[in-house]
Amino acid sequence: MTIAPGEYFVQGNEACVEGAVAAGVRFFAGYPITPSTEIAEGLSHRLKGADGVFLQMEDEIACISAVIGASWGGVKSMTATSGPGFSLMQEAIGYAAMSETPVVIVNVMRGGPSTGQPTRASQGDVMQTRYGSHGDYQVIAFAPASVQEMFDLTIESFNYAEKYRVPAFLLSDAEVGHMRGLLTVPDKIRIVNRKEKGLRRPDEAYDVPDDLVHPFPIFGKGHKTMITGMTHTDDSRIEPEDAKVHQQLIKRLSEKVLKNRKDINKWELTCPDSKTMIVSYGSSALGAKEVAASDERVGLLRLKSIWPLPEEPIYEVASKCDQILVCEMNLGMLYWSIKRVALEAGCKKVELLSKVGGEPPTPSEVRHKLRAMGAI
Amino acid sequence: MELFEFYRRDRWPHVFCPGCGNGTVMNCFYRAFSELNLPLDRTAFIGGIGCSSRIPLYINSDALHTTHGRAIAFATGLKLSKPELKIVIFTGDGDLGAIGGNHFINGCRRNLDMTVVCINNNIYGMTGGQASITTPHDFQSTTTPFGNKEYPFDLAEIAVAAGANYVARWTTRHVHELTKSMKTALQKKGFAFVEVVSQCPTNFGRRNKMADPTQMLEWFKESSVRRDKARLAAVDHVDLNLAGQITVGEFVDRNRECYEELIGVEKHG
Repeated sequence: MTIAPGEYFVQGNEACVEGAVAAGVRFFAGYPITPSTEIAEGLSHRLKGADGVFLQMEDEIACISAVIGASWGGVKSMTATSGPGFSLMQEAIGYAAMSETPVVIVNVMRGGPSTGQPTRASQGDVMQTRYGSHGDYQVIAFAPASVQEMFDLTIESFNYAEKYRVPAFLLSDAEVGHMRGLLTVPDKIRIVNRKEKGLRRPDEAYDVPDDLVHPFPIFGKGHKTMITGMTHTDDSRIEPEDAKVHQQLIKRLSEKVLKNRKDINKWELTCPDSKTMIVSYGSSALGAKEVAASDERVGLLRLKSIWPLPEEPIYEVASKCDQILVCEMNLGMLYWSIKRVALEAGCKKVELLSKVGGEPPTPSEVRHKLRAMGAI
Repeated sequence: MELFEFYRRDRWPHVFCPGCGNGTVMNCFYRAFSELNLPLDRTAFIGGIGCSSRIPLYINSDALHTTHGRAIAFATGLKLSKPELKIVIFTGDGDLGAIGGNHFINGCRRNLDMTVVCINNNIYGMTGGQASITTPHDFQSTTTPFGNKEYPFDLAEIAVAAGANYVARWTTRHVHELTKSMKTALQKKGFAFVEVVSQCPTNFGRRNKMADPTQMLEWFKESSVRRDKARLAAVDHVDLNLAGQITVGEFVDRNRECYEELIGVEKHG
């Protein structure tokens, strides 16, 4: 049962729980890990009333495996974890990409590598999200920067996972996950359901052609579905040694996401005509947001989705400004991808404000860096 | 049901070597399934990675060919999201007992309604014959050229200790008993585990002076000891297995409440 429309004062992880329920989650498998545990705890309560199943598994590999299995039963399924658990899930994430299983994985990022800083925020899993499993594939990832976005972007993660049959990620962090703030639940929420094989519906998911995203055959409906992580043809014939079959499959898995970048990508733009633009995402954009709101010499492109990389807005911003500052809570991950696009757009100066240790860059740290760049 | 109503003719020939025990297990399973008149379209077949885990892909129903060792975890999600589906897993000793050991133990403990058939050929067959967790002590494999110094796992005893509702072990020599146990397992509510000690002449027999599959079947015949007889002789069956003997029979048949009953999920279907 979806939360009633209105205003609530909740924690980021709690907003994620309500977003998942609003999106129609019916299966959650989790394993306790700081700082994401509140999501599992919340859903153990909320799924009972929503006629769903909450399951605490023996490890994170089992969680993601069960979540993929549940998706083939035709229900929206999700797991939530943090760094070490996310690393364990990588093989199965590749399986979800290869078998085109819609699943949602929430990663409340903490400092790594290894056990690192369990209670502190980081953006160290940005590249693991995109490249963590072996082989070529594309994923969809959102980066919330507020309690409200923990709700909104959890729903979007489900919508896009369902629409494109891909693993979709909510890349939150300890800062946003444990932040308390205002959640406004709207009267109407946009929900997308997977295009089910054998059903005809005037659904918006139909704007994706069938040859790019095949209709989803739910188990137990007589489709005689054969799902495998091996190289397979469109009619599920295993052809691991056929180069052409492999090329066609791998290209389609990438193209279904990349060709629809404009549909997937979300961002927020402040003062787009400034000579200095900050590009950031998630909680590391909070300090930059305050600076951009108070100083017209500085603009901000805040990415709400980071994978596939929103190249169009980055290109447009970079082609108009003199210099770009990227703020991240890692030693430079998305920085290199943003720099590549900026250089292509003719922006020669792309600098990095990197902060690791558990806290997002403060407004004064952002101003300090901007002063060093001669922007203010 | 005809054989090729149950198996996908268009996927023939299969990948198994001549003399492989998988054919015997497939035959026994087909007999058990068709004699019970179970609905094929309401059954999902799940496998991990390995020779035995390929069997679901030959069955004419929904099949989920998953990652190595995780078949039970995938099946757990599928069963709970669609409780009306019957779940059958085909797996091997490496897939179930080594890389998937944790899911195996916890699957038995959770006691979800599913049938798990483990084809234990004592070796990693698909990768060319490396020692597995059930390779007998002092036997040869490509990774134990001086003989296996480790002692094997007893998968059936683990299943009993972990809480499965039904556990049986037979060899490919015991086709009638095996078929009967498969029938019992398929009708059992809860976690039903059937272990089949099977021959891999290509990668196990060849390196252990049993290159002919019939030699392996003879070996199974000679080394099998009925569990009830072992118990009467007051011999510890684990010790018995360590001595190179194979305990066969029904290990447990009980009716613990299964997980989907406990959480009341069945009404969803």
